[in-house]
Amino acid sequence: MNETPSTGNQLPREHYLNATYGIRSWLLTTDHKRIALLYLVSVTFFFFIGGAFATMIRIHLLTPAGLLVTPETYNKLFTMHGVAMIFFFLIPSIPAVLGNFLLPIMIGAKDLAFPKVNLLSWYIYLVGGSFVLYSFATGGLDTGWTFYTPLSSVYSNSAVTPAVIGVFINGFSSILTGLNFIVTVHTMRAPGMTWFRLPLFVWAQYATSIIFILGTPVIAITLLLAGMERMFHLGFFNPALGGDPILFQHLFWFYSHPAVYIMILPAMGVISEIIPTFARKPIFGYSFIAGSSIAIAVIGFFVWAHHMFLTGQSTYSALAFSLLSYLVAIPSAVKVFNWTSTLYKGSISYDTPMLYALGFIGLFLIGGLTGLFLACLGLDIHIHDTYFVVAHFHYIMVGGAVMGYVGGLHFWWPKITGKLYPEFLARIAAVVLFIGFNLTFFPQFILGYLGMPRRYHDYPPEFQVLNVMSSAGASILALGYLLPMFYLVWSMRYGEVAGRNPWPATGLEWQTDSPPPTENFEVTPEVTWEPYDYENRPDLGLAIKGAHSLAHGDD
Amino acid sequence: MHRTGELFGQYKTMEQQRETAALGMWIFLSTEVLFFGGLFMTYTLNRSTYPDIFSEASKTIRLSLGAVNTVVLIASSLTMAMAVWSSQTGKKKLLTLFLIATLALGCVFLGIKAIEYHEKYVEHHIPGWNYQFEPNADVATNAHTQLFFSLYFGMTGLHALHMIVGAGLLIWLIKESLRGRFTPEYNTPVENIGLYWHFVDIVWIFLFPLLYLIDRH
Repeated sequence: MNETPSTGNQLPREHYLNATYGIRSWLLTTDHKRIALLYLVSVTFFFFIGGAFATMIRIHLLTPAGLLVTPETYNKLFTMHGVAMIFFFLIPSIPAVLGNFLLPIMIGAKDLAFPKVNLLSWYIYLVGGSFVLYSFATGGLDTGWTFYTPLSSVYSNSAVTPAVIGVFINGFSSILTGLNFIVTVHTMRAPGMTWFRLPLFVWAQYATSIIFILGTPVIAITLLLAGMERMFHLGFFNPALGGDPILFQHLFWFYSHPAVYIMILPAMGVISEIIPTFARKPIFGYSFIAGSSIAIAVIGFFVWAHHMFLTGQSTYSALAFSLLSYLVAIPSAVKVFNWTSTLYKGSISYDTPMLYALGFIGLFLIGGLTGLFLACLGLDIHIHDTYFVVAHFHYIMVGGAVMGYVGGLHFWWPKITGKLYPEFLARIAAVVLFIGFNLTFFPQFILGYLGMPRRYHDYPPEFQVLNVMSSAGASILALGYLLPMFYLVWSMRYGEVAGRNPWPATGLEWQTDSPPPTENFEVTPEVTWEPYDYENRPDLGLAIKGAHSLAHGDD
Repeated sequence: MHRTGELFGQYKTMEQQRETAALGMWIFLSTEVLFFGGLFMTYTLNRSTYPDIFSEASKTIRLSLGAVNTVVLIASSLTMAMAVWSSQTGKKKLLTLFLIATLALGCVFLGIKAIEYHEKYVEHHIPGWNYQFEPNADVATNAHTQLFFSLYFGMTGLHALHMIVGAGLLIWLIKESLRGRFTPEYNTPVENIGLYWHFVDIVWIFLFPLLYLIDRH
């Protein structure tokens, strides 16, 4: 009766958030939606820890001699920034938060295939995270996030052992999530939900899960060996004892390069959902986008040694890995072209998720193209281990993965909480993020090209202007992250009630209540429509059929 | 999710539940292959770098014990397969019997493994713990044979850990089978733990020649 008259929507009487109460009902839940929220809180915690280290790095680099910390502490700052962000934020972010929440709903299932295993994966993440936090608190970690031997196994005096154990344990959380997703997609789909009716987000999660299950065990065993080497003075990777440090690098990158695709593929899935929704058009080239996700996952396993062009491998294998690395550009470009073609003659609205999606396309384009520079054998010798590399992977991971994650959070926030976020503020935040990001990282391309090496605590005076620009950008970027943090939390209490399908979008998740009931659907849905088919969906209440046929006729 | 009999709430039919569990186990085993794969890679590289040292070091572990263990483990795979068959055909007493036999054989394997480890301990062949290959071995020989023994303990140790986990699962299966829980309609745990047990056996089938038979040809 007292509902806001503007939407006329009401929250459902009972949903997954109020079905049960109390701390036990959360800590022992097997509901994939609640587990997603547990993950949301934990990865946000690690994001701000990693962000704090990044802030200190950027403050330190304001002056050529370094402003804040000793060289030893600086080594720890960039290492802990990398470990927190990669293993405990980026890798779990989209799969474990958005994937967990959405995957079963999108395919019309009541839950993941193994709900208890899903909860277990969160606890494993917490245990791994605790070990890493213990390492950070007791002396820190200074090996670089790459843990290269023999620095990590013999020479480093920092708290390497607990960090290695933490990352090792955390790997099993990824493996279980990947296993759960793959099985769920195979066996839990609703009637009528064929493989080629799956939302592209699900295809992206599926591709990511392949990397989770095939890559993560290798980093686990590798870190186990490196940890044993450190604890018991063994020699697998120690040349002084007859071992081979290059072997460590091969095994490490066999996982850690595909891990880059763990971070970007789910974000691509998010973008593939947002673009057709706000262009009001079926996505262009559905099967190519779906297939390119799988192609990226597969080719991604055969490019790892491009991280090692300068660490001792034969010219011929470098040649092969260079060529294979170029190949990844093909499925990546397929996606960008298809998203762009979807926009063509679409009925575009610039809601916040769309701003993130458009930002993603541009930033991913720059990140991807500069990746080609690095895959080029000759050029890589010049820019190897410089800020060019730092800028490149931040364009992919922050400009790509984090933009996708934040955009996805906005897109599905009404579904997760049942409330709308304040649109105007959110658009401003998206623009602030975009500007702050570019100001932070674009100067680093130039710095790197001019020869500033990464991981150094000081630099020649002529690089100061670009470094100050980068630090200034970082402060804007920080604001861009804090804003959504506040208004999203605010909206949970004070936001307008969203209703089932506020955008409107075509996926199954929008057919159920916001927030959904514990079992997701009152009746198991039956899928009779093709994905993103705006033309044949009168139930969405869109009166733009005429404009549509015209746009579609040109495809 | 609530549960009706043996059917968990997220599934519609027993058939779906069974398929889901089986697929989950196969995917888990594929991650195990990659997990051991890192060790096999390390072994391959080190052995190709130090072929002579590896065959020297390999001679000091007792072939007879390894061979007996291979037979024991293959026998346990047979009893496990029989257990799965018993559960599918509803022979409840036979099921318990075969599960106990599998557990017993698994314990025999671990016992023999313990004897082998003890021998290595007596001979100072435990890496990183008063390691000495031979009384007058030089530094390089000590270092390089220690690589072999690190891999020996790493690979067989990880395998033994899987055996111990398997034994724990078997004890649970025996307890449940005594309650008569497994029927031709519902025997997924027996089948899945059976798959796991066979996988652990297969790992040993690779470990045995790689570690014990380097110099026997």
